Amino acid sequence: MTHMKQMLLGSLAVAALCVGTAGQASAQYTDGTIKIGVMNDQSGTYADLSGQGSVFAAKKAVEDFCKAQKCFDKIEVVFADHQNKPDIGSGVARRWYDVEQVDVIVDVPTSSVALAINQITREKNKVFLNSGAGASDLTGSACSPNLIHWTYDTWALAHGTGSALVKQGGKTWFFLTADYAFGHALERDTAAVVEQMGGKVLGKVRHPFPAQDFSSFLLQAQGSKAQVIGLANAGADTINSIKQASEFGIVQGGQKLAGLLVFITDVHALGLKTAQGLTFTEAWYWDTSDANRAFAKEFSAANKGNYPSMVQAGVYSAVMHYLKAVHALGSDADGAKVVEKMKEMPTDDKLFGKGTIRADGRKIHDVMLVEVKKPEESKGPWDYHKVIATIPASEAFRPLADGGCALVK
Amino acid sequence: MFELLGVPPQALMGQLLLGLINGAFYALLSLGLAVIFGLMNVINFTHGAQYMMGAFVAWMLLQYAGIPYWGALVLVPVIVGATGVVIERLLISRLYHLDHLYGLLLTFGLALIIEGLFRQQYGSSGLPYSNPIPGGQNLGFMFLPWYRGWVVGFSLAVCLVTWFTIERTKLGAYLRAATERPDLVQAFGINVPRMITLTYGVGVGLAALAGVLAAPIYTVNPTMGANLIIVVFAVVVIGGMGSILGSIVTGFGLGIVEGLTKVFWPEASATVIFVIMAIVLMVRPQGLFGTPR
Amino acid sequence: MTSRKAAADGRNVEMIVFAVLMAVMMVAPFVVYPILLMKILCFALFACAFNLLIGYGGLLSFGHAMFFGFAAYVSAYTVKAWGLSTELGILAGTAVAAGLGLVVGLIAIRRQGIYFAMVTLALAQMVFFFCLQAPFTGGEDGIQAIPRRALFGLIDISKDMSFYYVVLAIFAIGFLIIYRTIHSPFGQVLKAIRENEPRAVSLGYAVDRFKLIAFVLSATFAGLAGATKTIVFQLASLTDVTWQMSGEVVLMTLVGGMGTVFGPIVGAAIIVLMQNTLTGFGEWVLVMQGCIFVLTVLLFRRGIVGEIVAAARRRSDAVGREAATEG
Repeated sequence: MTHMKQMLLGSLAVAALCVGTAGQASAQYTDGTIKIGVMNDQSGTYADLSGQGSVFAAKKAVEDFCKAQKCFDKIEVVFADHQNKPDIGSGVARRWYDVEQVDVIVDVPTSSVALAINQITREKNKVFLNSGAGASDLTGSACSPNLIHWTYDTWALAHGTGSALVKQGGKTWFFLTADYAFGHALERDTAAVVEQMGGKVLGKVRHPFPAQDFSSFLLQAQGSKAQVIGLANAGADTINSIKQASEFGIVQGGQKLAGLLVFITDVHALGLKTAQGLTFTEAWYWDTSDANRAFAKEFSAANKGNYPSMVQAGVYSAVMHYLKAVHALGSDADGAKVVEKMKEMPTDDKLFGKGTIRADGRKIHDVMLVEVKKPEESKGPWDYHKVIATIPASEAFRPLADGGCALVK
Repeated sequence: MFELLGVPPQALMGQLLLGLINGAFYALLSLGLAVIFGLMNVINFTHGAQYMMGAFVAWMLLQYAGIPYWGALVLVPVIVGATGVVIERLLISRLYHLDHLYGLLLTFGLALIIEGLFRQQYGSSGLPYSNPIPGGQNLGFMFLPWYRGWVVGFSLAVCLVTWFTIERTKLGAYLRAATERPDLVQAFGINVPRMITLTYGVGVGLAALAGVLAAPIYTVNPTMGANLIIVVFAVVVIGGMGSILGSIVTGFGLGIVEGLTKVFWPEASATVIFVIMAIVLMVRPQGLFGTPR
Repeated sequence: MTSRKAAADGRNVEMIVFAVLMAVMMVAPFVVYPILLMKILCFALFACAFNLLIGYGGLLSFGHAMFFGFAAYVSAYTVKAWGLSTELGILAGTAVAAGLGLVVGLIAIRRQGIYFAMVTLALAQMVFFFCLQAPFTGGEDGIQAIPRRALFGLIDISKDMSFYYVVLAIFAIGFLIIYRTIHSPFGQVLKAIRENEPRAVSLGYAVDRFKLIAFVLSATFAGLAGATKTIVFQLASLTDVTWQMSGEVVLMTLVGGMGTVFGPIVGAAIIVLMQNTLTGFGEWVLVMQGCIFVLTVLLFRRGIVGEIVAAARRRSDAVGREAATEG
């Protein structure tokens, strides 16, 4: 990654130039190219789960699309770093849309940035395919005719993890919540499920964001004697709290840790010894089918041995579907029209299989509950998850009527 | 059994102990800053970055040279201290004749460079460093990991040794004299610039030592120093800038105050130190242990 | 040449430079992306406000982001939630920044030097905490999608091009008021305090009152800059209240030249342009900024404009001496 960055100043542009069929050459584009902007965290907490891996996934989708369909024009992938700050992200988005003729922005982890990009995309009538961010508001109160929320959302994670753990007997909960809107939302959604399923929330503690030392909060969680400690935080905060929980013998003491926003890359950073037993929800895992394993293999060869996260896989799937829709439409000029077409067409790609997109912009697919393996159970690199339950697509996401999206009549 | 504001006494004991442990980090870091400020009049904004370097060098020693934690505990302060010596010789020494605001700005710039370079090289999702003394002891009111116990004991020892060296030994007396009247001390045949350079090296070494101690507890992360430095500044200001004893006592004390805040108003725990700092600056600007200048 | 005449000449030169600058900025948006220009203008105003305090008052505030960022939140909130018009929203943000400046100033000016910097830092951290916690700021999401309502109900500013000229006007007004302040008798006293505070006291000046007024003025214009920026980007976020933002404005002023009229503008332009070219490389921005800090402190402490002015002065002094020996 480093090497590549040094080689290419400014945003990297990789052109996948394919010869088009004669009939479609006159298709109407904003500028004769489809320009895909991958915007995510290139250097911070979320760089491993999105970062250059997502750029690779987007390029891979373009390549596979061109192999299968014969592209009819130039397709370019550019990327930028939003540093997890809404002001930087929206600055880049405006520049991309206004000056650099980017047609679609993909990925964008960090909910605050995603909400900002969503609004700008709508204003400029472009397309926003979110894979990295969790905010379920994107398909709720903030839903837009220019957005598709692809991979997961906080509702799906909270519900998946919350309901499965209560079913397994985790009746009493204590929350360790990052004190910001996103943490509060995670906590609220999970607590609702837990209570609905007959569980009980014994207490919660809100820690400053970001925090380094969680010992005090963990001790409070330990003192509550709750069966499950829900970690309503993200990134480095989650990693540090899991690490310190292991130091204080919380899992050994019989309490279960539930990560409400954990990615496979976090498990990798923690190591199985520390992370074992952690339960959370994933929308995609590499070791579930031959196609996924093949993709993971190729991905890891190009990304310093890292395996793809669900966010990166989601970028692949989203870009693929976008290209299909533009192809069918013969134009990328009108963002809302492209999204409409995407919603109309059933989705089908090698990683996520068959699926649909709802009127509110929510992409629908199965999700699974996973538990991190013990070190002795792991057979190879990145063999981290045991899939303990699959939540069918129909139950995995928030019911259409509950989101409060204005597009749903 | 009585409860204090709804918190059972056992829990409170546990929180006090944890606060003391966090205080150990504040004490070590603010001690280094106080040594540098007290003896050199330089506000070392690079301190947080040097703490981060300490953790990183420990990680590198393990990763590339197979040197375990205990070796790192000795080697890291020396290595990072040496970089401090270079920085002092090449850069900081050029600013002694100027207002100390320039020292602050220079070291602020250095902190940005160091943090940026580490982020560029290692990303900022953090690197794991395993705990050298796993396990712990149930104290009845809480489970105390052995490692945390070690941190508190060791840093207390380091603080006391440093304080003793500066306040009670001949070397310390020279140092203090060199700050007051460098010309006079120079006239007695003591190489003052070299002494000042070494002082900076020692201060930086203390920061690096805190970094090594932190590595097994927190993930080794390029941003670990950036947020801490501001808090540690506050600790030094509250203790009295340049007061060695002040920085130690305040470091541990504020750790405890912060620990209690985490129980009663956890959201405010990151800010309570600044509130105290503002109050102290208003009421007793020289700090709790400082002498008015 | 008497010094009064020299000063008047200097001012004429400065007004000419300002006029040229304005003329260039009038046509600039036809060539350069207007949002980028507006960002530069907002930061330039912020740095000018900061410079009033450090360059002319000798007070290093390490918490100026609190005025910039808090005003941004206030104007964002009043425009979005209360439906205030754009100009009233900006005014509200500016007024609140002035009020905050008064409170902070009353506390901070009682301390000097490094302690002054530390008090401002401590108070700024508290403001940051408040912004993180208070429900109206939207936490880390910030306040988004702030509408750009027509100015005075008449002038449409939804297009970047049209709003650009409003921002330019705000900048020009802010700059001229700051400029006027610097060259007024008030500014002269301020400089006297910076040079030698005990002497100013013994001359009978109410030093604290001068410092306080300077502080409030500086906070007000920092607030104006923040409030304007929030309307430009239609977003108010935590970034603008962090201590790193306070550090950034110090950097801008230092690079351009503390205590020079145009230094902060040059500094702001350089830093913003640098950040803009290096987006995509978050960590290199840090390294570059750090290097600029270090180089400025070591090599040209007067800053870019400061060095130019000093060089020009040396030259004119040399010419003056030659003329004197010949005459």
